[in-house]
Amino acid sequence: MSAGQDTHPLPPAPGEEQAEVAGALARLAKDAEAVYVAPNWKLVWWRFKRHRLALVSGVVLIFIAIIALFPEFFSTQDPNQSSTTGSFIPVQRLHLFDNGRFSPFVYGVEGGRNPKTLRMEWTIDETKKIPVRFFAEGYEYKLLGLIPANRHLIGLADPQFGGRIHLLGTDRLGRDQWSRLMYGTRVSLSIGLVAVFLSIFLGILLGGISGYFGGMVDLVIQRLIEILQSLPPIPIWMALTAALPRDWSVERVYFAITIILSLIGWTTLGREVRGRFLALREEDFVVAANLIGCSQARVIFRHMVPTFTSHIIAASTLAIPVMIINETFLSFLGLGLRPPAISWGVLLQEAQNLQSIVLAPWLLLPGLAVIITVLALNILGDGLRDAADPYS
Amino acid sequence: MLQYIIKRLLLLPFLLFIFSIIAFILIQAPPGDFVTSYIAELASSGSAVDQAQIDALRAQYGLDQPMYIQYFKWMGRILTGDLGMSLDWKKPIRELISERLLLTVMLGLFTFIFTWIVAIPIGILSATRQYSFFDYFFTVFNYVGVATPTFMTALVLMWLAFKYFGVSVTGLFSPEYVDAPWSWGRVVDLLKHIWLPAVILGMDGTARLARVMRANLLDELKKPYMEMARAKGMSEWRLVLKYPVRLAINPLVSTIGWYLPMIFSGSVIVATVMNLPTIGPMLLRSLITQDMFLAGSIILIYMALAVIGTLISDILLAWLDPRIRMEES
Amino acid sequence: MNQLPLLSVKNLKTYFDLDEGTVKAVDGVSFDVLPGQVVGIVGESGCGKSVTIKSVLRIVEKPGRIVEGEILFRHQPDDASEEQLIDLAKLKANGKTMRSIRGGEIALIPQEPMAAFSPVYTVGNQIMEAIMLHLPVSKQEARQRTIELLREVGVPMPERRVDAYSWELSGGLRQRAMIAMAISCNPRLLIADEPTTAIDVTTQAQILNLLRDLQQQHNTSIIFITHDLGVIAQIADYVVVMYLGRVMETGPVDDIFHNPQHPYTRALLKSIPSIRSQSRTLLPTIEGSIPHPFNRPPGCPFHPRCVDFMPGVCNVQTPVLQPVNERQAASCFLHHSIAEETLTAV
Repeated sequence: MSAGQDTHPLPPAPGEEQAEVAGALARLAKDAEAVYVAPNWKLVWWRFKRHRLALVSGVVLIFIAIIALFPEFFSTQDPNQSSTTGSFIPVQRLHLFDNGRFSPFVYGVEGGRNPKTLRMEWTIDETKKIPVRFFAEGYEYKLLGLIPANRHLIGLADPQFGGRIHLLGTDRLGRDQWSRLMYGTRVSLSIGLVAVFLSIFLGILLGGISGYFGGMVDLVIQRLIEILQSLPPIPIWMALTAALPRDWSVERVYFAITIILSLIGWTTLGREVRGRFLALREEDFVVAANLIGCSQARVIFRHMVPTFTSHIIAASTLAIPVMIINETFLSFLGLGLRPPAISWGVLLQEAQNLQSIVLAPWLLLPGLAVIITVLALNILGDGLRDAADPYS
Repeated sequence: MLQYIIKRLLLLPFLLFIFSIIAFILIQAPPGDFVTSYIAELASSGSAVDQAQIDALRAQYGLDQPMYIQYFKWMGRILTGDLGMSLDWKKPIRELISERLLLTVMLGLFTFIFTWIVAIPIGILSATRQYSFFDYFFTVFNYVGVATPTFMTALVLMWLAFKYFGVSVTGLFSPEYVDAPWSWGRVVDLLKHIWLPAVILGMDGTARLARVMRANLLDELKKPYMEMARAKGMSEWRLVLKYPVRLAINPLVSTIGWYLPMIFSGSVIVATVMNLPTIGPMLLRSLITQDMFLAGSIILIYMALAVIGTLISDILLAWLDPRIRMEES
Repeated sequence: MNQLPLLSVKNLKTYFDLDEGTVKAVDGVSFDVLPGQVVGIVGESGCGKSVTIKSVLRIVEKPGRIVEGEILFRHQPDDASEEQLIDLAKLKANGKTMRSIRGGEIALIPQEPMAAFSPVYTVGNQIMEAIMLHLPVSKQEARQRTIELLREVGVPMPERRVDAYSWELSGGLRQRAMIAMAISCNPRLLIADEPTTAIDVTTQAQILNLLRDLQQQHNTSIIFITHDLGVIAQIADYVVVMYLGRVMETGPVDDIFHNPQHPYTRALLKSIPSIRSQSRTLLPTIEGSIPHPFNRPPGCPFHPRCVDFMPGVCNVQTPVLQPVNERQAASCFLHHSIAEETLTAV
């Protein structure tokens, strides 16, 4: 009996991890046909759907995004309207049912200046019910800056009846925190998004150049990334934002801050993109595209970029919360956005010391918004990242 | 090994040179200088300053010279160990920050130790008991830990401590020790206070490290050498601790490179909120008052701390992983 | 050969409970290993041969579990001189007895020596560890013994190699070091899981010779797993042919190669290229492909690919392993009509 040792009939079995292989096969086999013909985004979506928590996070984020788009509608009063006699009003909880009947109301507040401490002190007056209603008429605003409107999600049922409604209480200057939180959502979320877009732009551009051309260019950009990454970010951001002229308008400060945040933020993405480019450059399909005479731009954007878009999207999603937290840090320290701009960081600045929190613990509530948003973005980003490798 | 460390050390001055330029540009970036804001302050308090006085002030602090001369003068002084005078505090910077620097480093080290002591066991248990209640609990904890800004944790804990125990957990010393010279009692007092800011500061890092540890360990647990070690008849715990943990720690060590700078950098915020006598709050103040030499010195110190952190992680990694050791030498 | 078996696997079933369903990786496997015998288990990848030996060693990873069957082993306790017959399937997988058997009395030679040594400890450290786990020796003695073992398995300059890391050794040396570790505690049963797959052909032959020599010197039993019939021909005394978690045929190596009884064995043998066959002819292959573990065909698992498929029989009932002559046994309705269903129904 001759035994051929180099050509044997059975496929070699390196690392016979049966259970694992079986699991993967089963998943494939279920809709094998569908899987083979599905476009990449569909595969990503199928895998993403399996991650239930990420799906929930996605829904939460859609809600937050809607608030960011229409904060006017969700607010109950003008966020910058202050009232010297209405400072530090505690949270008036919204009650939906009155004696089992749907009739939303909040309890009234009673209080005044304490003659000794000269502080405003309030108590919730449970004898006084202030009826509220949904889609109530309130102050005038322009939806998306275009359409004049005066409807709000929640408002006093009868303005003539009087009374206040502060769902999250008021701050030192008697401004309504709920309304400020709604407006802050727009600023904080958009700062995160804009800063990440800038980072993506810089990251893809520099990382792409670095990975695609290699050589000297790569070396210089790599050193630049290394130097930027070994800088302590917060002190640098502090110094940069402190350098912004005090007399700049809110908009200019806003954009300056997004630029400052993305100045260091792009390096992570840049590294990722470079790594992908380096790996892809050697791939047969890229070599083939070059050989049939595609222009470099075509090779990059038509052949290389689509293979790692899902990774970029996942990485960017994970970068947004970092930006949001950093903006919050800077504004909290008084170096970021400054009043009258409203962001979550600006709101939390009101809760900067122990005395204010002891006096008005509700000033910490905007922090919850930060936590929820960042949490949702992180989970979503993780879900996307896991889903980004549909063939793995 | 030695060669590798020397190579790294030689890179250090070069990096610091670049960083000093960045730091200098940063503190020069604001429009106007210290004198401008000093005058503004004087003017707001009602006293007028004439031009001659302004020029004299500028000349006194060397602010009238070209940038590069100012830079070289500054660097020259720093290299001789003279960090210059704080324009705002009217004191030598060295005197101002030496104790604060010590406390900053101590806070950083405490945070670091706390993080590792907590994160590694969490990571190991989550990985070895994957999908257990414990694993899910800490997955949630880790997500929340990363999502909560440190100052929020600090504020909430301070508020709870005040509300329920009536204590104000700010600072690093009890009142009687704040300005006292170093003594055994002061050290003990410091230890009594430093753990809370360290825990707060380390929350985010603990969550991140535990996640890194869990992921690394899960990778390692699937490796064939685990099966081999089991086939040898080792007990499960001994095996996990000797083989995969040992390997999973390597990527963790490489996190020191970014984690130590992150602690120092993040301590600015916690220190500000908790009113800790570290260099963080001083940086904030110096930036606002445009006390440029003080701000520059502190930024430079932060940069140096970051570089040292990276250096430590590189050396540790080379020492831990024989493969790197071989490659480099 | 009327000896008592050293190891006797009886109707072993190891299943994996996955989200998608249960994978019956090993579904009723039985075979015996006599003292000093080399048993070759052969089969395509995914046939359950690795899971079988992992079950014997009790190192099946979750979610796999032994659901049925016995793994009887003649255990020699440290204190008592009497041999005991114990059922490994009933022991606690990480209990003290099982751990003392694993590595002590039953040792594993893994498939990939590169990956089976941890890269951060020296080879010597890992072999010494195995010795000190099972034998009452000092560190010095363990080191001395390690050096001797390395010399015995043909590692040149063992005094220096003992302090080498696995990635500093060549593939052949690594596998020799692995073998040294496996025989370090004088096991009575060696389990070699495709030990030559990851090595080039010339080294492969050396390793096989080494195993043969060691086996003869120490009279160790070996279970040798491979998908390579050529290797089986070289080393095994007795052959177990597996397909989809079941034993198709067993018998002494000569009978299996010259007088195969099961259609699967025949098909396997046909697909080996022969030096005597006519050139420029197509190498016969087995029709079809291995079914997916979740879509196990009913009846005989091999029937969809079988040339002797009998409709109404093979796809309805599952044949059991029955002797077909005085030396061989096969599970095929060509030879008998005893089905699993009829057995369980009674």
